[in-house]
Amino acid sequence: MSQVMETVRTYLRSNKKLPTVWCAGCGLGIVMGAMIRAIARMGVEKNDLAVVSGIGCTGRLPAYVDFNTLHTTHGRALAFATGLKLAKPKLRVITVMGDGDAVAIGGNHFIHSCRRNIDMTAIVVNNAIYGMTGGQYSPTTPHGRRGTTAPYGNVEHDFDVAGLAVGAGATFVARSSVYHVRELDKLIERAMRHKGFSVVEVVANCYTSYGRLNKLTSPVAMLQAMKEGSVTVAEAAKMSPAELEGKFVRGVIQERELPEFITVYDALAEKLAATPEVVAGVRRTLETYDETAYRLKAYRKKA
Amino acid sequence: MSVQIGRRKVIFLQGNEACALGALAAGVDLFAGYPITPSSEIAEFLSESLPLVGGRFIQMEDEIASMAAVIGASLGGAKAMTATSGPGFSLMQENIGFACIAEVPCVIVNVQRAGPSTGLPTQPAQMDVMQTRWGTHGDHSIIALSPTTVLECFTMTIECVSLAERYRTPVVLLMDEVVAHMRENASLLGPADCGMASRPRPAAGLADYCPFGASGDGVPPLAAFGGEYRFHVTGLTHDPHGFPTMVPREVDDNIRRIVSKVESRVDELASYEEFMLEDADVLLVAYGSTSRVAKASVRELRRAGVRAGLLRPRTIWPFSQKRLRELAPRLRLVVVPEMNLGQLVLEVERALCGAVPVRHVGRVDGNLFDPGEITAFALREAGR
Repeated sequence: MSQVMETVRTYLRSNKKLPTVWCAGCGLGIVMGAMIRAIARMGVEKNDLAVVSGIGCTGRLPAYVDFNTLHTTHGRALAFATGLKLAKPKLRVITVMGDGDAVAIGGNHFIHSCRRNIDMTAIVVNNAIYGMTGGQYSPTTPHGRRGTTAPYGNVEHDFDVAGLAVGAGATFVARSSVYHVRELDKLIERAMRHKGFSVVEVVANCYTSYGRLNKLTSPVAMLQAMKEGSVTVAEAAKMSPAELEGKFVRGVIQERELPEFITVYDALAEKLAATPEVVAGVRRTLETYDETAYRLKAYRKKA
Repeated sequence: MSVQIGRRKVIFLQGNEACALGALAAGVDLFAGYPITPSSEIAEFLSESLPLVGGRFIQMEDEIASMAAVIGASLGGAKAMTATSGPGFSLMQENIGFACIAEVPCVIVNVQRAGPSTGLPTQPAQMDVMQTRWGTHGDHSIIALSPTTVLECFTMTIECVSLAERYRTPVVLLMDEVVAHMRENASLLGPADCGMASRPRPAAGLADYCPFGASGDGVPPLAAFGGEYRFHVTGLTHDPHGFPTMVPREVDDNIRRIVSKVESRVDELASYEEFMLEDADVLLVAYGSTSRVAKASVRELRRAGVRAGLLRPRTIWPFSQKRLRELAPRLRLVVVPEMNLGQLVLEVERALCGAVPVRHVGRVDGNLFDPGEITAFALREAGR
């Protein structure tokens, strides 16, 4: 146990920014721990990793971890991460987002990141509520459940985050929960090792804003519900839709190979450098002017 | 296509192409954008040329994402830019504010078209002057340049990159549809001739790197992600190390510094073109493609016996009052033609504080002014 704590401390900005803003009983600390353990097991250097987030309780995570950290605007973490990755492809990038962040305001960036397949990992902490702003219903609040803006029960229907990622073309999609800590550690590691865009949905508990409104008696009871209300992918395969009703499926939901964006882009650029007759018109314009001719020549030499 | 004249090369170019070429000359290595008329040629040109020079191009899902990607790339150490028009510029405001508070160098080209909303996508306007200054929420500052010629589309793009890097701030190139789609000869200068500056970088081996500290000139050095220093960047008000703060003193320091690093340099950043101003007592103040027309009006007014002259601010924001105030004592009338219903004229009025009558003439039908209408307006206002 003490070794585990040691690992976690190595990667936390423990002298500066702790304790966290998170409530007692919140699942986010577990997610942060799982992420850190996955990073430690992979032996990633602290300088070689960026953690990018949006807004909300999950958005606060990067401030606590000792990497290159970027706390962006609401919903936009993946778009910032995309630019960062394009500028520094060797930098490993993890984005952490809540459910409102990832699939409400950031829904467009989420599906397009899934489709685009840039090599980075998105951890979506799904606690089915807007916690930081006080418990308003989110796109993953189940139908009929309460939020401060759904005082009579949610009229809308919820997103299946992992299913959305699969549908949008993500090449690695997994789901676990803050109860299944060891499984979560391993899934985050597998996601990071995957070449391409990977999504890990983490079912999490917000007792303060969701639990109390929905008469879930304690944070522990919420964890207990994750244990009892979920099945593995293998178990699910043997169950009927009726048996699966009200349960969520854990494990690797999608894993496939697809050429990664930057790899394809750079291979194309190298091919262009080697074939001067391609895009001759543009080349001619660039060659006309010293400064751009220089950049053209310098890159051709390098390629 | 090109002619060598001394150190310069003269090329026949379109404004948008010149802008893209300027970006390449300035060393821009990342462009993220979303298609929108009348700016799309910039993205098209850079999608073709960036992979040829070792840069990268990406078409994002919208302008919000484009602006975000530009900021992300800049934090990774790239010189990054985007290009758009009014509707896209509106969407970018959110993350332009982030770039302001997080002090991330980036360039936004806004090829103005008539609005509001979808407006007239293919026709010119100057309706985003105030949005450029105040489009994003909260106190902040911004730098914006306005080109009038194809050559300036080129040189000002270089200047914008330079200013963004030097002052760690978003910089807007405020073009308009006419200057963007017009073709004319441009004798290209090099970045050195445009005064290319670079991003302040921290020294190596610092025990305590402060990415948001108040250094001597108000622009703290910025390291790149993935280098020697690990640091935190947030859109929350932050302390000198970049961590969120609610300490009133630190909050106050943060906001005042990001504003004053630009506003304290207003006269240093200001640049003008003056045309027939020597003896002028009727002053036209115009920028962008309107100033090309205003020059013709100045000539017409002179022929009609009015001593007219033109002051063309190249720097729109921060707006410098200095030259206007110097000229004020000998002026009897100031006319401000704009392709809007009165935006930069408000700054002109503020500068002159009622010392000289200031009259605005606006055109919002999607067409460029005709010299005659500015001339006729000025003659009427001058009591002729």
